[in-house]
Amino acid sequence: MGDYIFSQNHLLGIDHLSDKDIDTILETAESFVEISTRDVKKVPALKGKTVVNLFFENSTRTRSSFEIAAKRLSADLINFNSSVSSLKKGESLRDTVLTLEAMNPNIIVIRHSASGSPLYLTTFAKSSIVNAGDGFHEHPTQALLDALTMKQVFKTIRGLRVAIVGDILHSRVARSNIILHSKMGNEVSIIGPPSLVPREFEKMGAKVHYNIEDGVKNADVVMMLRVQSERGAGNYFPSIREYRKHFAINRKVFKCAKKSAILMHPGPINRDVEIDNTLADSDKSYILQQVTNGIAVRMAVLYLLKGDFNEPIN
Amino acid sequence: MEEKIKAKIMDEKKIMRAFQRMAVEILENNRVVENLVLIGIQKKGVFVAERIKKLIAEMENIDLPTGILDITLFRDDLHKHEQQPVIRKTEINFSVEDKDIVLIDDVLFTGRTIRAAMDSIFELGRPASVQLAVFIDRGHRELPISPDYKGKYLPTSRRERVNVMLKETDDIDQVLIMEPTRF
Repeated sequence: MGDYIFSQNHLLGIDHLSDKDIDTILETAESFVEISTRDVKKVPALKGKTVVNLFFENSTRTRSSFEIAAKRLSADLINFNSSVSSLKKGESLRDTVLTLEAMNPNIIVIRHSASGSPLYLTTFAKSSIVNAGDGFHEHPTQALLDALTMKQVFKTIRGLRVAIVGDILHSRVARSNIILHSKMGNEVSIIGPPSLVPREFEKMGAKVHYNIEDGVKNADVVMMLRVQSERGAGNYFPSIREYRKHFAINRKVFKCAKKSAILMHPGPINRDVEIDNTLADSDKSYILQQVTNGIAVRMAVLYLLKGDFNEPIN
Repeated sequence: MEEKIKAKIMDEKKIMRAFQRMAVEILENNRVVENLVLIGIQKKGVFVAERIKKLIAEMENIDLPTGILDITLFRDDLHKHEQQPVIRKTEINFSVEDKDIVLIDDVLFTGRTIRAAMDSIFELGRPASVQLAVFIDRGHRELPISPDYKGKYLPTSRRERVNVMLKETDDIDQVLIMEPTRF
């Protein structure tokens, strides 16, 4: 009964998925949206499974989103916080993961500042590895929840024009989105100052624009990225004021997009830096729906991976 | 697994009569219809429920609230599969609290689907009663579950499969018994 289709053991990045895999995750997530609207927001699908949240970078929304997702599926969850952990005492990433694995978890969700660390974990770990953001590489669940939001609005995830504005260079969200939309055959424009939008991204299939009005023209989706001052983005343009003048989204610029266009942002938003205060609260803005969808998408990923592919060898 | 048709058990006419009888029995058993709701189990149970809802609407001119239930997340064999089964949508746009629920599926076999469905429903609230309507009861129960309404009792062997084909999904109304071509 039922067709078995998803065959990935890990979620390392959108790059590793086929368009069919993406469709499967989105369809599964659509079914999970309903569970979060119930009085009793819990199903027993992952009862007895253990999920470890292994976060080496600060994160509130992604970590809590994974936490809620795991709990709504009845999985047990451990939050491993690097700032109070033995890493401070000099333990290596490998030893930390091996120690955690000795407790037989099923899925490890990792966020790490080193690109490729989730892939590295798969070389020795027995659990399913989920990438919750690795360096400047990928943030697959964010791109998937963005895609789910678009699918809910446009009833399809194909044939769309997506404009991504901001610090593309340092953004794993942008990378995952560009890869996802190239796979789905969508048109992607990336917009920002040349220092933050290198031409190399054209190799990934995105079109580079340095003028925001040209870039968002006829777009279905305008996705704003945060100015990541903690990653040194401030060194890439003269001042926030100048950045805002050229690359912030406001009502006037937003009008260049299609009439039905929606505004998205992975958060946290810097009001009146990259995004106009009133536009962020308007009915064009899907920022909060993105957060809600994050739970459904992460439930779908945890459900589909399950983490049973490789039983520990005793 | 390849399989072939062993026997055709019901045609369109027989299926229609069975549906009508089930609709009548449901109405007879539930004198008060104010609290009566139908819930079809994904996937074929959904269409069986729609048929019964339509027949009841024609007979009594009442439109029973009808929901869709996917039981996948409540299955007892989730940990046994190599890959995860597809999740379909659950859509119950009414409160189940204090309702008389008729749970509807196409084929009743081990009873495990119904156990999962009841667990799932009780997460949504406390119904006044739950009744079970199945189109085909093929025997081989593994749990203490028995239908209140059935279209047909069809004794089968375990290795066979009962295929309830409906116009909504298969373009034809018929019930077939399938058997594997190899062992």
